[in-house]
Amino acid sequence: MTDLSLIAIASIATAGISVAIGAGLAAIAEGRAVAQALQSIAQQPDESGTISRTMFVGLAMIETSGIYCFVVALILIFANPFWGAVS
Amino acid sequence: MTLSPDEIIYRIGPWEVNATLLFTWVVMALLVGAAAIARRGFRVEPPIGRAQLVFEALVTFVLDQIRDVTRQEPRRYLPFAGTLFLFILTCNVLAVVPGFEPPTGSLSTTAALALAVFFAVPAFGISKLGLRGYLRTYLEPTPLMLPFTVLGEITRTLALAVRLFGNMMSNTMLVAILLLIAPLVFPMLMQGLGLLFGVVQAYIFTVLALVYIASGTTEAEKRTARGTGETA
Repeated sequence: MTDLSLIAIASIATAGISVAIGAGLAAIAEGRAVAQALQSIAQQPDESGTISRTMFVGLAMIETSGIYCFVVALILIFANPFWGAVS
Repeated sequence: MTLSPDEIIYRIGPWEVNATLLFTWVVMALLVGAAAIARRGFRVEPPIGRAQLVFEALVTFVLDQIRDVTRQEPRRYLPFAGTLFLFILTCNVLAVVPGFEPPTGSLSTTAALALAVFFAVPAFGISKLGLRGYLRTYLEPTPLMLPFTVLGEITRTLALAVRLFGNMMSNTMLVAILLLIAPLVFPMLMQGLGLLFGVVQAYIFTVLALVYIASGTTEAEKRTARGTGETA
């Protein structure tokens, strides 16, 4: 097995794993946040504007970590800096 | 498949222009043109045109959001926040037009927008609190937090750029991949979902920019408010 194929295997596997973990954990966190926000809106419908806006900002913060994983995966697949290292 | 519209090159006469630049100009021309045409029909008396209603609703919406987020006089921040919102919204919504590559799907555009926010925070902060007052916000609540505050300034700018880029780019790429696998109905559904995501991303970008600006302009105010016994 050449170095190049080793790098390819490691990159693709890592890309898949990082997206899986990043997306999964971010989804769990966003689900909890949305569930809590819905409960709050059900209890206090008058405050739904403030609650949903704060929720959106929070969701954006949570989503950031998932998107970091996604970008790392994209770099590994499409713009891997290690391709040039061996050849 | 291209990762970003930066790689698509068009030739206009002797110049080479990439898709990001070209479609940014298209969006700019569209926004400025729409505003220039619509403002001719504006009037104060009751028989109000449709264009004026749309523009007034947009401006009122942005003003309300600014007032709610920053809890300050919104007119100050209207030009900056409104421009960000309208530009990103137009880019994201026009992504469903065939042949249009959204400029927000390029890291160059989103990095430029995030840098604008990065510089707008100290600009608004200094103009409101003065240089000393703004620098003091870095030492709140204790000077021990200074490295983290500075680090946070950088990472939140990065996150702002990468969030918008990641969302828009993944959306266009998802549609492109679905066109290969199931070209009949599913790409259209994802385009519809993409419209929703585009609007939400424009909203989130603007609200986050406002939150950052508000955090750079209110610290000292809150302290004086607490001193006089008001509730902030």
